[in-house]
Amino acid sequence: MSIVLASIVLIAPLAAVALCAATRSARLAERANLLAALVTAAAAVPLPFLAATPQFAMDGYLLVDSLGAWVVLCAALVYLLASIYAVGYMRLLDEPQRLPLFYTLFAGFAWTTLAAPLVNNAGMYWIAVELTTLVSTFLVGFEHAAESIEAAWKYIVVVSAGLSLALLGTVLFYWAGSAVLGPSYDMTWQALAQAAPRMSHTLVTLAFLLVLVGYGTKAGLAPMHTWLPDAHSEGPAPVSALLSGALLNTALVGIVRLKAIAERAGATVLPGTALVVLGMLSMVVGALFIVRQRGVKRLMAYSSVEHMGVMALGFGFGGSLGVAGALYHMLNHALNKSLMFFGSGVMMRAYGTKDMAAIRRVGSYFPVAGALWLAGAVAITGAPPFGLFLSELAILRAGLTPDYTWAAVIMLVLLVVIFAGFLNHFRIMYYSPAPASEPQARTAGPWSVAAMLLAGAPLLLLGLWWPSALTPVFHAASAALAGGHP
Amino acid sequence: MTLPQFTPLAASLFSLLAIGSLLLAFVMLGSRWLRDYMYAFGLQSWLIALLSAAMGHYAQVPELYVIALLTALFRGLLLPYLILRILRRLGVDRELRLKIQPATTLVMGAAAVVLALAVSYRIAGAMGNPSSVVVLALTVMLSMKLIGFLMLAVRHEAISQILGLLILENGIFLGSQVLVPGMPLLIELVILFDLLVAVACFGVLARYLVEHAGTTSSLELRRLVG
Repeated sequence: MSIVLASIVLIAPLAAVALCAATRSARLAERANLLAALVTAAAAVPLPFLAATPQFAMDGYLLVDSLGAWVVLCAALVYLLASIYAVGYMRLLDEPQRLPLFYTLFAGFAWTTLAAPLVNNAGMYWIAVELTTLVSTFLVGFEHAAESIEAAWKYIVVVSAGLSLALLGTVLFYWAGSAVLGPSYDMTWQALAQAAPRMSHTLVTLAFLLVLVGYGTKAGLAPMHTWLPDAHSEGPAPVSALLSGALLNTALVGIVRLKAIAERAGATVLPGTALVVLGMLSMVVGALFIVRQRGVKRLMAYSSVEHMGVMALGFGFGGSLGVAGALYHMLNHALNKSLMFFGSGVMMRAYGTKDMAAIRRVGSYFPVAGALWLAGAVAITGAPPFGLFLSELAILRAGLTPDYTWAAVIMLVLLVVIFAGFLNHFRIMYYSPAPASEPQARTAGPWSVAAMLLAGAPLLLLGLWWPSALTPVFHAASAALAGGHP
Repeated sequence: MTLPQFTPLAASLFSLLAIGSLLLAFVMLGSRWLRDYMYAFGLQSWLIALLSAAMGHYAQVPELYVIALLTALFRGLLLPYLILRILRRLGVDRELRLKIQPATTLVMGAAAVVLALAVSYRIAGAMGNPSSVVVLALTVMLSMKLIGFLMLAVRHEAISQILGLLILENGIFLGSQVLVPGMPLLIELVILFDLLVAVACFGVLARYLVEHAGTTSSLELRRLVG
C-alpha cells in the first residue's frame, strides 16, 4: 500500500512537468500543477502512518520508511500550499507566456524534493539533492532582475561547491564500506548501517564531517548558509516557500541518516556534537541578522536559518524525544514558513518594495491577510498556542542531558532574542504611525488568503493538540535511527 | 582490507597519472588566462580517463573501460567545448583584477597539498597501511579538492568559478577510480550526466549574468548583503 502511495507521490508531479512543458496555455499549466499538488498531498498524508515497517521497491532503490515518508509529507503539504498561492501570485507577474515554464520548473523542483527522501542509496540521494539545486536555480532567477540572477548565481556556486564535499564524503563512506562488503556493492542505507560496526571509525568520522558540511550547505546551516538569504529573498514567493519548507528538510534527511551510520561505526559523540554546534551557530547567525534586518523576505530567510538550527539541535541531541521534537518541528516550520513567505509576497506586491521601512499599518489595510500574517509571526517565534511552541519545548527538554545542558541554555536565550527581534519588526510594520506610502493594492486576493488560511489553521491545531497518531511515526523513526536501520 | 595489490609497473603508472593531474591543477592556479584553465582541465580529464582504463585493465573491472571512454568524451571533449562556447559568448579572456597574485596562490596550493598529505597518512594508518598508490590517490583527491576551493575563493570570473567546481569534481573522480574501482557503474554514469547538466545550467546562468547583471565578475555582484 505504501509503495502505491509513494509511486503516486512520485508520478503526479512528473505528469505535471510533462503537461506544463507541452502546453502554451498559462491556465492549463496552472491547473495541471495544482491538480498534481492536490494528488501528491492526498497520497503523501497517509504515507508516514503506513510506513512503520520499511517498504522497498524498484530493486531496493526506493525506500518508504517513517523518516523519509515524514519528510515527504512536509514537502507535499508545502507543494500544495505553494501551488495554491502561486495561482494568484504568479498572475500578478503579468507575463502569461512564461507561466508554463514556471510551472514546469516548479513541479520539477517539487518532484526532486519529494524523490530525494525516498531514495535508498547514498549515491543516488546525492544526485537527487544535486538535481534540486539545478532546477531551483532557475526558479530563483525566474524574475530576471539583476538581483535575482545574482542570487541564482551565488546559490548554484555555493551549493555546488558544498555538495561536492558531500560527494567526497559519500565516496569515503563507500570506501569504508568496501573494506567490509567487498569492492562492489549497492550503497543502500541498510548495507552501510549493517557494515558500519566493522568500518574504520577514523575514516567514517572524516566522511561524516564532509557530508555534514556538504549537505549542511544545502540545509542552510551556518556558517554555510550564505546562499540562503539571497535565494529565499529574490525568488518568487511560492518558490521561497518551497525552498524553505521542503528543500532544506530534504537535505537534512541525508545528514540524519548518515549520522546514524557514523554513530554505529563507533563515532558516538562527535557526529551529535558537530550537529549541535552547527545548529547553535545557525541560531546565533539567525538571531543576529533577524534583529537588524531591513528586508522583509530576508527576515524570513534568516528565520529559516534559525529554524534549521533548531532542527539540527533536535537531531543532534538525539534520543526519541529529540528526534520526535525535530520531526514535529519540521512539519510546523514547513507550514509556518509557507504562511510567512505568502504574507511577505502579498505585502511586497502591495507596497511595491521588500524594504520593511516602507511597509506600515498592515493591519488596517489588510484585515484578513494581515491578521493571518501577524498570527504566523507570533507562531514562528515559538510562542504558544502554536505548533512551534510544542516542538521547540520538546527539543529543549531533549537537550537537558548532562552533555548538552549548555546548548539547551544558549538555545533558550537565543529564542528569547529572536522573539523580541522578530516581533519588534512586526510591531513597527503594524502599529507604527504615519504611512510613508499607501499600498498600491488594497486586497490580498482570494488565492493568497486561502493559502495563508490553510497554512495557518493546522498550525494552531498542532499547537493545541499533539496528535497521538504521530507518536508511533516518530517512535519508529527514532528507533530506526538508533537501531541502525535508517 | 580488500584493496587490490598492484604490480610495480601498474603502481608507477597510476602514480604518474595522478601526479600529472595534480600538476595540471597547479597550472590552473598559476595562470590568469581563462583559456589555459580550460586546456588544463581538458588534459586533466584525459589523464583521468587513462587512469580509469589502466585501472580497468589491472584490477580487472571491465566496466571501467566504459567509464574511461565516457570520461574522455564528456569531460575531455564535450565539457571543454561547452566552456569554450561560454568563453566566446562572454568575451572575457583573463582574470582582470587579481586580489592575490598567481605566485602567492601557488604557494597556498602547495600548503594545501601538504595538509592533504598529512590527512591521507592519518587515514591510511587507520585503514591498516594500504599501498602507497592509495595514499597518493587520497592525497591527490584531497589536494584537488582544496585547490578547487582556492580557485573558487581567489578568482572572480564566472568561468573560473565553473572550472573551480570542475576541479573539485575531477579530484573526486580521480580518487574514486583508485580507492573504489568497483563503485557501481550506474552511479558513475549518473554523476557524469549530472555534471553535464550542471555545466549547461552554469552556461545559461552566465549568459543571464551578462544580460541582466551586466558583469561576470563576482567582485561586482554585491547588491545582496546583510
